[in-house]
Amino acid sequence: MSNHAWVLLGLYLVVLLALVKPVGGCIAAVMEGKPHCLLKLGTPLEHLIYRISGVARDKEMHWLHYALGILLFNLLGALAVYALQRLQAWLPLNPQAFAPVSPDSSFNTAVSFATNTNWQGYTGETTMSYLTQMLGLAVQNFFSAATGIVVVIAMIRGFARHTVTTIGNAWVDLTRITLYVLLPISLVFAVFLASQGAIQNFDAYKDVTTLEVTKYDNPKNGPDGQPLKDEKGDPVTEPATTQTQSLPMGPIASQEAIKMLGTNGGGIFNANSAHPFENPTPLTNFVQMLSIFLIPGALCITFGVMVGDRRQGWAVLAAMTLMFVAMAVTAMHFEQQGNPLLGKLGIDQAVGNWEGKETRFGIADSGLFATITTLASCGAVNAMHDSFTPLGGFVPLWNMMLGEVVFGGVGSGLYGMLVFAIMAVFVAGLMIGRTPEYIGKKIESFEMKMVAIAILVTPLLVLAGTAIAVMAAAGIAGISNPGAHGFSEILYAFTSAANNNGSAFAGISANTPFYNVMLAVAMWFGRFGVIVPVLAIAGSLAAKKRLTANAGTLPTHGPLFVALLLGTVVLVGALNYVPALALGPVIEHLVLWP
Amino acid sequence: MNALLRPAVTLFLVLSLITGIIYPLLVTGIAKVAFPEAANGSLIVKDGKLVGSALIGQKFSDPGHFWGRPSATSPQPNNAMASGGSNQGPLNPALVDAVKNRIDALKAADPANKLPIPADLVTASGSGLDPHISPAAAAYQVDRVAKARKLNPTQIGELVTKQTEGRQWGLFGEPRVNVLLLNLALDDQQGR
Repeated sequence: MSNHAWVLLGLYLVVLLALVKPVGGCIAAVMEGKPHCLLKLGTPLEHLIYRISGVARDKEMHWLHYALGILLFNLLGALAVYALQRLQAWLPLNPQAFAPVSPDSSFNTAVSFATNTNWQGYTGETTMSYLTQMLGLAVQNFFSAATGIVVVIAMIRGFARHTVTTIGNAWVDLTRITLYVLLPISLVFAVFLASQGAIQNFDAYKDVTTLEVTKYDNPKNGPDGQPLKDEKGDPVTEPATTQTQSLPMGPIASQEAIKMLGTNGGGIFNANSAHPFENPTPLTNFVQMLSIFLIPGALCITFGVMVGDRRQGWAVLAAMTLMFVAMAVTAMHFEQQGNPLLGKLGIDQAVGNWEGKETRFGIADSGLFATITTLASCGAVNAMHDSFTPLGGFVPLWNMMLGEVVFGGVGSGLYGMLVFAIMAVFVAGLMIGRTPEYIGKKIESFEMKMVAIAILVTPLLVLAGTAIAVMAAAGIAGISNPGAHGFSEILYAFTSAANNNGSAFAGISANTPFYNVMLAVAMWFGRFGVIVPVLAIAGSLAAKKRLTANAGTLPTHGPLFVALLLGTVVLVGALNYVPALALGPVIEHLVLWP
Repeated sequence: MNALLRPAVTLFLVLSLITGIIYPLLVTGIAKVAFPEAANGSLIVKDGKLVGSALIGQKFSDPGHFWGRPSATSPQPNNAMASGGSNQGPLNPALVDAVKNRIDALKAADPANKLPIPADLVTASGSGLDPHISPAAAAYQVDRVAKARKLNPTQIGELVTKQTEGRQWGLFGEPRVNVLLLNLALDDQQGR
């Protein structure tokens, strides 16, 4: 690792840890309805919203109603995104006159953005109108983030309360987190991005006359509109020239901010955060990395504050941070090794593996971004993961396989981690022969059944989905790289979808009916197959008495518990995937460095 | 269910209005007033003609211009309507072939150059629109550009130094040279 990489990582940790405490405290205040500066300013608007919507703000909900409300709200989101894509040709703010998106791609994208996955099978700059982007996709960036956060808040209430039947009001929670946390931070962040060069306008795309004439081979289309191929299957091309470059425009900065803050990650453009209009400078890159971990990290503090024992939150945050540092060092180290095959051509590889990376970010800022975006279920990319070295590319894959619980998605990371914490105390309880307890709540068979569902649903979706895809002709057809890397592309796609990450080994051609449907199923159940059991746990915990700790209670705020928690995450979360990993990145690494 | 349906639908619509219409319009308003150039795409006008964006790389192959990062966009390189990288894995033979061709093109344009070829000059960028190259990649090309323009290499080298940005705040990213701005400055110097 270069000196710059160490400085960058150190600086990142310092700034992040300095920010999570105030933000975490603020989220706790907002969600508990305590006095707070923004709260005073927004209360009239908040109450007006409740009046229009017929929300009884003092009426709390049973967990089942809470879960139904959340499902309904997200279903509406998916329907709205689907409708906007199918109807965009007849709606305003479509200066490029984009046609309706195909039904299967619209379905995939609707599910993708409603589940906070933000997997993209389409090319944004030539597919989505400004209205679809801002009123469909960006709105879901807010709502899916809000959904994740309120679910974890409900779960925390399960720990914090005792002997009650309710876990909060879903409508009030969704409104508060959107108005008082997501919107204000996004607004400041978006203006900052615009100040650095991220674009923000509603102009039609601009044609510029380039300094030189570009010569290229233009693929020929047959009379049926399909690309022509010669006998060998290569595309038939004809020489062509152009001196025009069309520059896409749009309201980018506003969407970019919530895309990162809400760990959504769905790029407005195909190149995502590698695109200079989305992520123009190294400074915006640093702030984008911070914004990914900001809320997931802060929620650990919120957890500590709300359960009345801050040490519990710091312990969870410590476990996350340790894993993060280990993964960041691994990714930056292996990307710095370069590609020996290019070294043989006389290109110095001491500077690292540059294929698919932007000059302004280089190796360290790209390796760190890749680690953060995949540990959190963000999935934005500032470099092409497909072109990473085998073990550099192993890190993003492994990070997602951990189950998106190390920081993880906003809300979803912490509720996933708390599920693992319950698992950890259960395992420890078995070892010492005591009924397991966590935060004063007895963990019993109902909770463990729900934990088992929440933990097993994603590996099931990933491994079954990958197995089906490698056996189906339609699945194999999507591969772009030969050999073991082709398998990695498919494994990555299902891992990313089921864990709601959304990044890709992007060589894969996934905008086909097969992948659009398969991945949509993985995304939907990977999201709500966890949310529903988590809310069930919340309801069950809220109904229990709160026990006071005694000499026999396993303390859950010290280094021992941090180690136990990390061990559980690695053993239970990721070991499911070891055979699959051996077929992909491990083989590749052994081929390159025999 | 009805007790849930009405709040779900109305709340969805009201919050959509706030986050999906009011919020982006507000950001647009602020950005257009405070940073109009950046908000509009950092566009460059020369002789009344739009010639590019300072943030979006262009394809250069004239020996008298500095060349940028290779771009894997299709059908033409630096196609801003289809941003993206090659997505070639490290073991992909097509990657090795592509790099070989780029090395050959650089050597053919400047056979006398014995400097080592910098990696960023022969590998495709992530966006396919990378406006920058490393200072080493610019230094590699100074002699070729000087020869093609019949100028003194030191003079070109000075211009490159002037256009080189260090790490932002000394901390973030990598030192870099904006290729389009450098080439525009070169052309200006010779009144082209």
